[in-house]
Amino acid sequence: MDYYVSVATFAALNVILALGLNLISGFCGQVSLGHAAFYGLGAYAAALCSVAGVPFAFSLLAGIAVAGLAGIVVGFAALRVREDFLAIVTMGVGFLFLGAVRKQPWLGAEMGIAKIPSPLDKWGYAALAIGAAVVLVVLSLHVRRSWMGRAFGAVAQDEDAARTIGIDVPGYKIAAFFLGTAAAGLAGGIYAHMTQLIVPDAFNFIQSITVLAMVVIGGIGSTLGVVVGAVLLTLMPELFRFINDYKLLVYGALLLLVMRFSPDGLAGLARRTLGVRLA
Amino acid sequence: MTQLEGRKLSIAFGGVHAVEDVSLAIARGELVGLIGPNGAGKTTLLRLLTGILAPDAGEVRFEGRDVTRMPIHRRAQLGLALTHQIVRPFRDMTLAENVMMAAAGEVTRRPWTALAALDTRRSRERAMALLERLGIADAADKPARNAPLGYLKRMQVARALALGPRLLMLDEPLAGLNYAEAGRFADLIVELNAGALTIVLVEHNLGEVTRIARRLVVLHNGALLAEGAPREVMARADVRDAYLGAEAHA
Repeated sequence: MDYYVSVATFAALNVILALGLNLISGFCGQVSLGHAAFYGLGAYAAALCSVAGVPFAFSLLAGIAVAGLAGIVVGFAALRVREDFLAIVTMGVGFLFLGAVRKQPWLGAEMGIAKIPSPLDKWGYAALAIGAAVVLVVLSLHVRRSWMGRAFGAVAQDEDAARTIGIDVPGYKIAAFFLGTAAAGLAGGIYAHMTQLIVPDAFNFIQSITVLAMVVIGGIGSTLGVVVGAVLLTLMPELFRFINDYKLLVYGALLLLVMRFSPDGLAGLARRTLGVRLA
Repeated sequence: MTQLEGRKLSIAFGGVHAVEDVSLAIARGELVGLIGPNGAGKTTLLRLLTGILAPDAGEVRFEGRDVTRMPIHRRAQLGLALTHQIVRPFRDMTLAENVMMAAAGEVTRRPWTALAALDTRRSRERAMALLERLGIADAADKPARNAPLGYLKRMQVARALALGPRLLMLDEPLAGLNYAEAGRFADLIVELNAGALTIVLVEHNLGEVTRIARRLVVLHNGALLAEGAPREVMARADVRDAYLGAEAHA
């Protein structure tokens, strides 16, 4: 039973990560290949706080704040570059984070941070992660319907045209980065306390690409599609043990298939074959 | 009274002086045509005035304020609107949604207030009224990606008008339209101008522009060549030379 609970928790964390990235890339059209860095920032910030004796809830908030503020900084940096260049910049942010963490003794360097206090049991983390994922689903659906979501759409489709009708393009990009990275920070905080041990490698480039694969396979821009993508890609290596060794190969193949046959992901596939519109 | 003013504007691209030392003043309520042969710097000048490009030297003043370094979206909020030469709709939106996006300017001004705003009724009403006025309300709920050029051109004007501008700059509004469409569109521009909206247009269709503009500004090789009433300007030998180029001297 414990095993299923922890799989469910990881699925929920991945939903949070993927929905965060979907806010940035799906809604606002800003490519990011460094999402794991914000997951890591949240994890490290929350872990350090807890180790220093800060209550759990405040540690989580610290993780959210640190990741969100870093997101704003990256958002500012991202204002000057677009598309493929933005992809390179965000990828660089990911490597910068890893490179920095690995060399810092106060962050445990390669050994990471161990013995993080854990105030909840397995069920508690599952409830927390699933609850947070549900909040993020609701938030995503709300953003999409709000004028913020419409403005994100305008920025994503043609940012120059958006400027000429008075839309504050930089402001919206930074808002998207903030929301998306703050969500990653929350996932990081929960993860750190649940596992009680974090190492830099948990937040590497492969993790960023895995989250991106969840978004793309689920259907970029579609909240429910992305939820399905995140859950599916979490379960797959668990259901088929033999996949685990070839996880990246399978993700890569899936990405290729999606790009070739259904560029709008599973959400697009559902719309075309079943006539179901996923929000 | 001067509403928009460019003072000694210059910009060069890789050593080529696209616009050099051009000054012009647009008075409130005018309908000005900006003309000149290909490569004269008309679109560049328009872009300098709207803020798409920042000048190497000179300044732009709108209603007494220096807006030279002001971002485009702030100028748009101040009432300086423009349409693009090549239509730029939000392709995944319907024509109505395109216009609504501009009509909701008050709501979308700050991202965080936009997050709390869900109501689309007011902007929808505004957008529909504008689409009606431009004669394309029948296609309001059609996706922009499939709309014909004539519709998109009108939608762009509706979208600019939704900002409630006091000055509208049109970059080749008649390009790509057939003879009858161009005539109707030109009439529409006159009508908008009669409603106290200042209009500056860059246009290649000399027949229509001399018919509707009350003043012409002629650019040639990035510099101001002539300005004045359309008939007088078009009668000038230097303007004719600029247009006809080498042929006139042959």
